[in-house]
Amino acid sequence: MFRDAWAVFVKDLRIEAASRVGLWQVLPFAAIALLLFAFALGPSHRVLASGAAGVTWVGVVFATFLIVGRSQSIEAGAGISESQRLAGIDPAGVFLGKAGAVAVQLLAVEGLLGVGARLLLDFHCARWWLVIVASLLATIGLSAAGTLYGALVGATRARETLLPMLVLPVLVPVLIAAVRLWQAAGVAEGQGLAGWLSILGTFAVIYTAAGILFYGQVQEHS
Amino acid sequence: MKRHRLTITGWAAAVSLIATAILGILITPQDVTQKEYSRFLYLHPPMAWVAYLAFGVAALSSVLYLWPRTRREAFDHLALASVEAGVLFTGLVLVTGSMWAEPVWGTYWVWDARLTATALMFVLFLGYLAFRRTGGTKQNIARRSAIVALISFIDVPIVHFSVLWWNTLHQGPSVLTPGLSAQGVHGSMAWTMLLSFVAFTLLFCWMVGRRTALERLRASAGGSELQDAIAARRAEGTSVEVGA
Repeated sequence: MFRDAWAVFVKDLRIEAASRVGLWQVLPFAAIALLLFAFALGPSHRVLASGAAGVTWVGVVFATFLIVGRSQSIEAGAGISESQRLAGIDPAGVFLGKAGAVAVQLLAVEGLLGVGARLLLDFHCARWWLVIVASLLATIGLSAAGTLYGALVGATRARETLLPMLVLPVLVPVLIAAVRLWQAAGVAEGQGLAGWLSILGTFAVIYTAAGILFYGQVQEHS
Repeated sequence: MKRHRLTITGWAAAVSLIATAILGILITPQDVTQKEYSRFLYLHPPMAWVAYLAFGVAALSSVLYLWPRTRREAFDHLALASVEAGVLFTGLVLVTGSMWAEPVWGTYWVWDARLTATALMFVLFLGYLAFRRTGGTKQNIARRSAIVALISFIDVPIVHFSVLWWNTLHQGPSVLTPGLSAQGVHGSMAWTMLLSFVAFTLLFCWMVGRRTALERLRASAGGSELQDAIAARRAEGTSVEVGA
């Protein structure tokens, strides 16, 4: 399973690197989203700083749709899923590889938006370890849930509209927990961190397990 | 469910709902603090229970559909019917909750853990219904919908336990507590509340039974139409060959 996952992971990232869609479309989209939210919040430094974490993570969630859509379009070609089945590639490995590639791209988006939030929105961070742990756990959850739902709606007619409708409500716990943890990282002391971290961890575990279990069923007859 | 059993369930639901209405409006006393608004107790909690039940039935029937040994089309129909009923009752829970909250809390809506999670549950299962209408083969839709129902069901325990995990404005569970005791509800109010749970559960069973039967008929009608069309095409080919 892990050998297949590594092969799919490398393949997806190579395709993304070659197409440069992430660089020229997804990252600029995330930056534009950040600017738009900043315009909507107004010029007050206090308001911008208090909303920085929320703005950043809403931008990450929006970017997730683009990245997942790209990731699934790679598999949408005629006969690709049949070829994978005939080649004996483990569907769980395909899921892990694709989710891993989505996670790497999401981390790049989070890095860009994090820098943008620091420079443009006065996002202050006193505990970097918390930002890194929260971002990693949230990224695993976003990529696992996004990849699973992306595969589910990939073969349907209205996938562009259906994916946000199905995934946005699912991602709300990740959004809330990640924002709370980023906000908590802005102050030296904070309570309730374990609860929010456990929500992110549980979400990541549940959706990774669901993806490993169900990805084969989703691919079948797709 | 056999037709006569379904009819009996429907009548039992109607009688128990009327009895709940009479007891709830005319017989039971009003609450000291909430006054007449306490009568929402006989509507709101049983509807929430039915929503949980519906999504639970949908998740269970989805598991049974996905499991190769128990795969039957009937489980897919049951999941669809249950989600439809669940979405209806979740919508009614949100509406009745808002109607009660405005006079008691002073606002129709607060960004409270339970309210938000219930709204999410509503949208999630609306997504399930939208997903079923996206086209594809019957087996493909059924298989993928079963996965969507299972993943969406993860939200149901979050909704129920949200009032315990987070400090929220919404009060704790009324009946579905560890000891299954109707905390803070006594006498005729407790009995009426219990009757309302039975009434709404019977209503749910009747609705799901009717809807499942309709879906079964629709599936068989679709199947026979296809068979008729294939037979007609074959007959055309045969007549051409004979003619030639």
